[in-house]
Amino acid sequence: MTALGALSLVAAALFMTLEARGNWSFVLPFRATKLAGLVLVAVAVAVATVVFQTITRNRILTPGIMGFGALYVLIQTVLVFGLGSARVAGIDPRALFAAEVALMLVFAGLLFRALFGGSTRSLHLLLLVGIVCGTLFASIAGLLQRLIDPGEFLILQDRLFASFNGIDDTLLGTAAIVVAAVCAVLWRWLPVLDVLALGREHAIALGVAQDRMVALALGLVTILVAVSTALVGPIAFLGLLVANLAYMLLPTARHAVLLPGAALIAVICLVGGQTLLERVLSYDTVLAVVIEFAGGLVFLLLVIKGATR
Amino acid sequence: MIAIESLCKSYDGTPVLDGVDLILPQGGVTAVIGPNGAGKSTLLSVMGRMIRADAGRVTLDGRDLATAPGSEVARRLAVLRQDNQPSARLTVQDLVTFGRYPHSHGRTTAQDRVHVARAIAYLGLGDLADRFLDELSGGQRQRAFIAMVLAQDTDVILLDEPLNNLDMRHAVGIMALLRDAARDLGKTILVVLHDINMAAAYCDRIVVMQDGRLIHHGPPEEIMTDALLSRVYATPVTVHRVAGRLVALY
Repeated sequence: MTALGALSLVAAALFMTLEARGNWSFVLPFRATKLAGLVLVAVAVAVATVVFQTITRNRILTPGIMGFGALYVLIQTVLVFGLGSARVAGIDPRALFAAEVALMLVFAGLLFRALFGGSTRSLHLLLLVGIVCGTLFASIAGLLQRLIDPGEFLILQDRLFASFNGIDDTLLGTAAIVVAAVCAVLWRWLPVLDVLALGREHAIALGVAQDRMVALALGLVTILVAVSTALVGPIAFLGLLVANLAYMLLPTARHAVLLPGAALIAVICLVGGQTLLERVLSYDTVLAVVIEFAGGLVFLLLVIKGATR
Repeated sequence: MIAIESLCKSYDGTPVLDGVDLILPQGGVTAVIGPNGAGKSTLLSVMGRMIRADAGRVTLDGRDLATAPGSEVARRLAVLRQDNQPSARLTVQDLVTFGRYPHSHGRTTAQDRVHVARAIAYLGLGDLADRFLDELSGGQRQRAFIAMVLAQDTDVILLDEPLNNLDMRHAVGIMALLRDAARDLGKTILVVLHDINMAAAYCDRIVVMQDGRLIHHGPPEEIMTDALLSRVYATPVTVHRVAGRLVALY
């Protein structure tokens, strides 16, 4: 844990200082906003994934399964299709960010209400409906993308790749407050999360209001995912990668250790990876691709090993 | 005192519990026996708040378990179902400490540690306390879960087939432990058993279920008869008295 903390600090320090030519008073604030964005996304994705895997008791799921990524793609596609890329670029990023987060929350709210309102309270049903909705969104987006003007499509495609370079610094403050608030709530729930990891029956036997807590935790996960997706775009496998690395490196079931551990690993992956690619290998914008590739490999390994628990 | 009042539960129109009434006085071990599909596990699940009944209610000293706050109930009633799937990264010590959650809510006190250590010692798990659950045999794991329930230190304990996977020594050990806990500490224990001889030897009362109904309820001497057991299990059963104990042969 200490090692992880030290390593993430080193990554951050390198990110800030390596090959900083020119005026420091320009470089430091410029890089600091980028660093803040990376850290924010890392924490949100890591915490969301670990909590999601705890309440579903499954190590190969990510919250992305509920169709948030597809919804984001659909929102972007509809915007570019309906308004044209020039006008979309003119929209206030803060308004767009708020609208995207709000839409994803409304979608999640409808999904939860439809499933938790009735008598059947099955988490797996919720996930399946999420997958189906995700496929539906992806299909609609695919149809619109075929109809769209080829030039507009290129611009749209650029918007859809998860990008850690284009984080808008006007959004960082709001996003940071939201993520901090969610993490503060989760911090108070650490022992409850530990109990939820035992499974539904044990949680009820130990006096945890299981259905209610799972619904609330899902709500918080949704907020985190919505914020991170609206900031940088859909990233599917980062959470899976860091959550499973955390389980491997920290052999404990206590969320007081797992959550900060996964968050630190995510910071190391994103900040360290970005430093390495940008400064040492002088590549640009491919970090998302590299991380998704590594995460995808981990996912396949987990499936092959059958380690779902 | 636990009172079960006309409890009903059905799945897709098939009744699993069909108007079960039962009063368990405080103290003593009660066994629930009956053939497969009689509704024993469902009864325990409803009492343990894992399944909601369609009709009827279960009260503990007058309080309806379905509506009372979960954390309050968990300090008075512990329940262990069958087929416990442990998560791999827990040690025996971790698992048993979860039994204290209703009391400590995650902030383990010195008193909690005393309860945990005692429960681990009772179940003979001292040497295994730091082992991970997936490194244990089925029987050892079963004992770890029973230790968790004991650490919860409740007045009422519900166990669904706790003798699964256990060898003779540990099965007898757990039944003796339950009997002593009921006798010395006044605990009320309800335990689903398949071994009717075990039920006759260690329990104060036996409840017989069949097709979702409670058909008999009484001390072992009343239940352990050729006619009753043969009818309930649809198998020829004869009861003999061996060395002062009632033993069913089948």
